[in-house]
Amino acid sequence: MIVRFICRAILLGVPLLYGSTGEIITEKSGHLNLGIPGIMYMGAISGVIGSFLYEMSCGNDITRMNAFLAILIPLLCAVAGSVLMGLIYSFLTVTLRANQNVTGLAITTFGIGMGNFFGGSLIKLTESDMPSIALTKTSGFFSAKLPFASKLGWFGEIFLSHDFLTYAAIIIAVITTIVLNRTRVGLNLRSVGENPATADAAGINVTRYKYIATMIGSAVAGLGGLQYVMAYANGVWSNNAFGDRGWLAIALVIFALWKPSIAILGAFLFGALCNANNYIQGLGTETQELFKMLPYVVTIIVLVFTSMRKKREHQPPESLGLTYFREER
Amino acid sequence: MTNQPAIELKNITKRFGAKVIANKNVCLTANHGEILSILGENGSGKTTLMNMISGIYFPDEGQIFVNGEEVVITSPKDAFSYKIGMIHQHFKLVDVFTAAENIVLGIDDGKYDLKSSTKQIKEISEQYGFELDPDKKIYTMSVSEKQTVEIIKVLYRGADILILDEPTAVLTPQETEKLFAILRRMRDDGKCIIIITHKLHEVMSLSDRVSVLRKGEYVGTVETKNTTESELTEMMVGKKISLNIDRSDVKNTEDRLVVKNLNCFNREGAQVLHDVSFTARSGEILGIAGIAGSGQRELLESIAGLQHLAGGEIIYYNPKTGSVDNLRDKSPVQIRDLGVRLSFVPEDRLGMGLVGNMDIVDNMMLRSYRKGKSFFVKRKGPKDLATKIINDLEVVTPGTNTPVRRLSGGNVQKVLVGREIAASPTVLMVAYPVRGLDINSSYMIYNLLNEQKEKGVAIIFVGEDLDVLIELCDRIMVIGSGRITGTVDARTVTKDEIGLLMTKTTDEKGDNNG
Repeated sequence: MIVRFICRAILLGVPLLYGSTGEIITEKSGHLNLGIPGIMYMGAISGVIGSFLYEMSCGNDITRMNAFLAILIPLLCAVAGSVLMGLIYSFLTVTLRANQNVTGLAITTFGIGMGNFFGGSLIKLTESDMPSIALTKTSGFFSAKLPFASKLGWFGEIFLSHDFLTYAAIIIAVITTIVLNRTRVGLNLRSVGENPATADAAGINVTRYKYIATMIGSAVAGLGGLQYVMAYANGVWSNNAFGDRGWLAIALVIFALWKPSIAILGAFLFGALCNANNYIQGLGTETQELFKMLPYVVTIIVLVFTSMRKKREHQPPESLGLTYFREER
Repeated sequence: MTNQPAIELKNITKRFGAKVIANKNVCLTANHGEILSILGENGSGKTTLMNMISGIYFPDEGQIFVNGEEVVITSPKDAFSYKIGMIHQHFKLVDVFTAAENIVLGIDDGKYDLKSSTKQIKEISEQYGFELDPDKKIYTMSVSEKQTVEIIKVLYRGADILILDEPTAVLTPQETEKLFAILRRMRDDGKCIIIITHKLHEVMSLSDRVSVLRKGEYVGTVETKNTTESELTEMMVGKKISLNIDRSDVKNTEDRLVVKNLNCFNREGAQVLHDVSFTARSGEILGIAGIAGSGQRELLESIAGLQHLAGGEIIYYNPKTGSVDNLRDKSPVQIRDLGVRLSFVPEDRLGMGLVGNMDIVDNMMLRSYRKGKSFFVKRKGPKDLATKIINDLEVVTPGTNTPVRRLSGGNVQKVLVGREIAASPTVLMVAYPVRGLDINSSYMIYNLLNEQKEKGVAIIFVGEDLDVLIELCDRIMVIGSGRITGTVDARTVTKDEIGLLMTKTTDEKGDNNG
């Protein structure tokens, strides 16, 4: 039971981890991307489109499907779809210097709308009675597990029984931490988010860093959407099933104090909190809803604590949300 | 190396938009092994010119030569590659980074090794006599330490040509001397030092040659040893102006504001005011001198009702009614209605006092919106006032409907001071009213204050330029680490005496004010 609870928490936490790692990368460049929910949604639907087309081209016959392509195509599609959204966001906020909050919210609305449009169109193409698309074959490739995991008891189940995107999420978060703190690129990126004028004067291409960070961040977040569909939902897409995971991911960024390493633990904690209501006996519907609030409550508590302690290292990047224009006087 | 031209500018022109010409046909030469001062009023284009050398702006016309070869500098990176380094007036440092991280920021040499960089930073510090802990975070540093980081930053990049934009604006006299010693050592090392300033005595004591700019145009270059302060002033402003402030004698004074044993803590819980007591009298200018951040701001804000006091009294003698009020525990509105006005000019001029995005008329209304009983506000009165201020104080603005943010610093200040004075206060508190203003605007502000003094207003003037304090004020109170370290007669005191008082408690307590 506990083992299942933990596994479930991890599975639920992974999309959040992707989303918040992506958002952290973006925020480190000084851009508050509230478009993350929309970008994750677009990442998910793009992956779904890719795998749908690949399954169709193979005539829905699993024997004709190549495992490598079945994974690569949705992966590339998800990345492409979310990077495109990131590009729109960066063009608006970096080049045109639009307000980041407004742009982000617009991207979220746009992304979810587009996602639902494509989702609805695909559902119509399948001519099925259900308002969903099942890509169970592709999902099978995505959730392939290590063969010896089941032989190792609870240890295998907790640590080795997950789909590869789960491990990738942790690896990406760890790499992000290392890049941010140990490399010149990380130092430059952080300086852009803290004080773009300083970075500019130091000879760093601020615009390029902002664009690339936003797009890489979007790509990472988009993978979270894909992981949700392929691993969590077993390849079943239905409109709006993704829910408010994108917002949770943004809350997680604050919870993690802008550190991807903390986000790893935070994601699984959030996953556990989201899931706790299913594992506690005898809860009414109304108490269940209260339990679903827990991640947000925790975020608020963390916010209260960090603002009380006022440690500068725990604050958001200083110029987060501000536009930068070199010749502004 | 010595006395070879390090950098030459030929016919540099820079425009902002179609109308504003920041620099027009500027020609300039700076040599290796010399300190060149760029002197000019505010808005004369000094900083813009230097920004073009350091790659922040790109000139519209003209050529730049480095070591005799024509170069194109399109970015700060280009400037580094020609060994040009600029120390900006507003430090370009990332607060949450350490000194070492800030210093290596942006260097693209393939490796990223903070340890060896730290070693190199220490070597540079020893060579020129800096004191710096490379692992210290910037936000815990004092202003002077931050400046040190800035200078080492450009030296670390191997800069031969150093440009310093108003480096002494934020330093104490002692720190200034230390900086000058370091700059002279660099000059003797064959480096070319360009220093932007409008403090004449610094030009005289530090530089070898002086180049003067006026309204974006190049006026000329003179050898420092062959010139005088008044000659330089004439070159700067184009007409001879008196350096003496017209100070009238104090007459018919009476106590207006008596402050007794004021104690105040800041938000971090540190005590910023210790038993501050003084009296401000009508028809008198009381100067407050002190290192920035010694409690001046808290003191003025306490009187204006913006600070929570831990103890003390502020007794106000009302000249109109003759009543005696304690301003403590009164709201800012109540205090203002009694006639106490605060005109506060921190570094960010638009932070308190004016709203940048609103036009001059709206900003006038910030003081008068409570007047009248109508639901709608009347714009007529404020508009007349705005027009009057623009005319009387020679505010340069396209009209009364221009957002204040678009005006230059001096004009913003004139609008603010003009409004405060128009309300005919009985106590006028001004802090750094001429910070960043050119000579003409500064004198206009001084004259306004003197006029108010003659009308019997009690004026409290927080200043940083000791020369001005001595010439303008009647009495000078010196504050150090939140304590009053002495009150002196401005007519007889010397700068050295004030300087000593300013640093007195700081040295004794070993306290860091930064």
